[in-house]
Amino acid sequence: MMKQNILKQTNARHLMLAAGLFLFAGTTLAADAPSNSVKPADPEAIGQEIATVTQAPNVPPPIKRKHSAKVIVNLEVKEVTKRLADGVDYTFWTFGGDVPGSFIRIRVGDDVEFHLNNAPDSKLPHNIDLHAVTGPGGGATSSFTAPGHSSQFSFKALNPGLYIYHCATAPVGMHVANGMYGLILVEPEGGLPPVDHEYYVMQSEFYTSGAYGVEGLQSFDMNKAMDERPPYVVFNGAVGSLVGDKALTAKVGETVRLFVGNGGPNLTSSFHVIGEIFDNVYQEGGTLPTQHNVQTTLIPAGGSAIVEFKTDVPGTFILVDHALFRAFNKGALGMLKVSGPPDLLTYSGKEVDAIYLGSAAEAGSDAEKKVVALKAQMAAEIKGNPKIAGLTKDIQIEKGKGVYMQTCFVCHQPNGLGVPGQIPPLAESDFLLKNRDDAIRAVVIGRTGETLVNGKTFKGTMIPLAYLTDDQIANVLTYVRNTWGNAGDAVSTTDVAKIRAEAAAPGPSATPPPSKFE
Amino acid sequence: MSGRRHKISLAALSLFVTAAVWAAPPDMACVYNGVYTPLFRSLTDPTNVPVKNFRLDVTPATNAKFLEFVRANPRWQRSQVKRIFADENYLKHWAGDLDPGTNALPDQPVVWVSWFAAKAYAQWQGKRLPTVAEWEAAAAASPAFADGTKDVAFQRDIFRWYSTAAPAVLPGVGSGPANFWGIHDLHGLVWEWVADFNTATVTGDARGDTGLDRQLFCGAGAVGAKDVENFPAFMRYGFRSSLKAAYTVHNLGFRCAKDL
Repeated sequence: MMKQNILKQTNARHLMLAAGLFLFAGTTLAADAPSNSVKPADPEAIGQEIATVTQAPNVPPPIKRKHSAKVIVNLEVKEVTKRLADGVDYTFWTFGGDVPGSFIRIRVGDDVEFHLNNAPDSKLPHNIDLHAVTGPGGGATSSFTAPGHSSQFSFKALNPGLYIYHCATAPVGMHVANGMYGLILVEPEGGLPPVDHEYYVMQSEFYTSGAYGVEGLQSFDMNKAMDERPPYVVFNGAVGSLVGDKALTAKVGETVRLFVGNGGPNLTSSFHVIGEIFDNVYQEGGTLPTQHNVQTTLIPAGGSAIVEFKTDVPGTFILVDHALFRAFNKGALGMLKVSGPPDLLTYSGKEVDAIYLGSAAEAGSDAEKKVVALKAQMAAEIKGNPKIAGLTKDIQIEKGKGVYMQTCFVCHQPNGLGVPGQIPPLAESDFLLKNRDDAIRAVVIGRTGETLVNGKTFKGTMIPLAYLTDDQIANVLTYVRNTWGNAGDAVSTTDVAKIRAEAAAPGPSATPPPSKFE
Repeated sequence: MSGRRHKISLAALSLFVTAAVWAAPPDMACVYNGVYTPLFRSLTDPTNVPVKNFRLDVTPATNAKFLEFVRANPRWQRSQVKRIFADENYLKHWAGDLDPGTNALPDQPVVWVSWFAAKAYAQWQGKRLPTVAEWEAAAAASPAFADGTKDVAFQRDIFRWYSTAAPAVLPGVGSGPANFWGIHDLHGLVWEWVADFNTATVTGDARGDTGLDRQLFCGAGAVGAKDVENFPAFMRYGFRSSLKAAYTVHNLGFRCAKDL
């Protein structure tokens, strides 16, 4: 019944289009005047409610009613300029003011009256294609809306599942690339099994004119989009949107359900949570738990998955796209922080820590030396750039925080406390403040042997992070030396370049210096 | 003898008159040998359609000019206009019927105007609205070339405007560079009404298009084109087709055209 109505409407629309070319009279002059066919009342729908919608990572509460109802959904399209990464802004086109768009939760059989409102200050017209809609365009044919206008259409939720919605206005790829997607959950009869936490996570990529990390307002780069080479791959619309104090949370022993969508527009996600195994995966957002004990699940562009797991041990669990350069170089990192008592039987923590050199024969090859020399040259050029060199300490601290939350927090912990007995703390660290150059060395060339911090000796090995640029190292060290109770001076790119040059130079100083505390 | 001389001078006079007609008034510029490349066409339609020489306003209509228009035509004043000809937001940023006020400076392009109002203004001026073909032919010109479609810097500038949010305060008309024909602001200031804004309608929906008449809608095929320049065109066609003739929008103005 519903399908027929929509088809009728589309045909009527075509006639009106043809008429509209020649005729501007009466009420039929509009290109897409509302259909005159009357929609019958849905006999199954009992009562009427306005849908609660939420911004990621929040999910509206489960639906308690045991019958279908008339549900009114209001969604506003807004074009907003916001943060994509630290120092990087982007003009997002959004459903509801945020990327991803508002999470919509309805029940199978619901009679949905959908209102799409395009904000008065929008530059462009937009529409919506909900994959949960059975009908032409998934609603797009009935929701094309000019700035400052509003469209209404209705659909019956015939199929339960977790569906993507997105803007489908030409050029569709660009509208989606700018952030126009979200999730709509159509609950099956009886709902989903109860869990302790439900979260909304959506992956997508951004095709900015500048490379990853280039600051300022970035515009959309169509060539990169066509080549499918995004500088950014992120969760929930920005680098770091699920990190630090914005991390997802749970307690040991609780059950967690993630509604994971992939807005694309191009890439398929290899969704993985480091250190967790999914107990259930509702593959491709369907209604059956199709697989148990899954490490990584594939989520197509324009598709979704529901994953469920019980947390067994405390710690920080990292959400990634396991296509790993996306995670560690393009932003696709999130965090789930699980608090509670440790379960040493399930996970012991590090029990033995020793140096293993393996075959050391390759170390110091000509190729490696050349790389080091080139990096030193690069560092010198960066140093000569007054824009970078002239950063104030405060900016360095802000930027350094970003580096820390992408690179260092995994070992030293988001709060800088390290891991007792294994990873030295950076918070209130006497070592860090007294041994400025050694701190730089630790990042540039790594560190082995004993390190005495606040009266405690650590024997761990720190791997070199020489791939960080001089300004990234200067910034992150300035950050850690001025956070968590530390108060030190700024570390400059000159300081870092000096250590790099020292490391590159032949002779005894090329090897990590012995700790002063040995 | 004298009669013949008289004839000659008449011919000279008529030649002079013709020349005077050809020279556009200062607020209009001539566009010659225009070519329109339709974004949506059937397989049998020509790729390029010649556009008859015409004149186009050098800038969009301003608040100052529109004030003159509504003063001379009270039925187009905000409180007088029939709802069927302009929606309730018509001239909403003006302080009053005959007072643009501080939110509508004299040299800013007039916005929040309907297609009907734009058409009436053009008639009042002895002009008309340009067609899609004329508008697109004029707008294809970059500062240096009549056909700017291969001018990379020009295309990049257009694209930047399409992908940044609208400014809170619109610049005045003529603040952008003149194109090859001496016309300003076709890109980068406001959207503009055209006479046949709803001819090249696109639902814009890849799924929806599959069920539509392909003779009319090649939208899905064109999306796959490697033609970078098509994307701004898609947005212009998309914008136009989202409109109804009574609609008014915050960033939609117009300019007039005239036959040569």
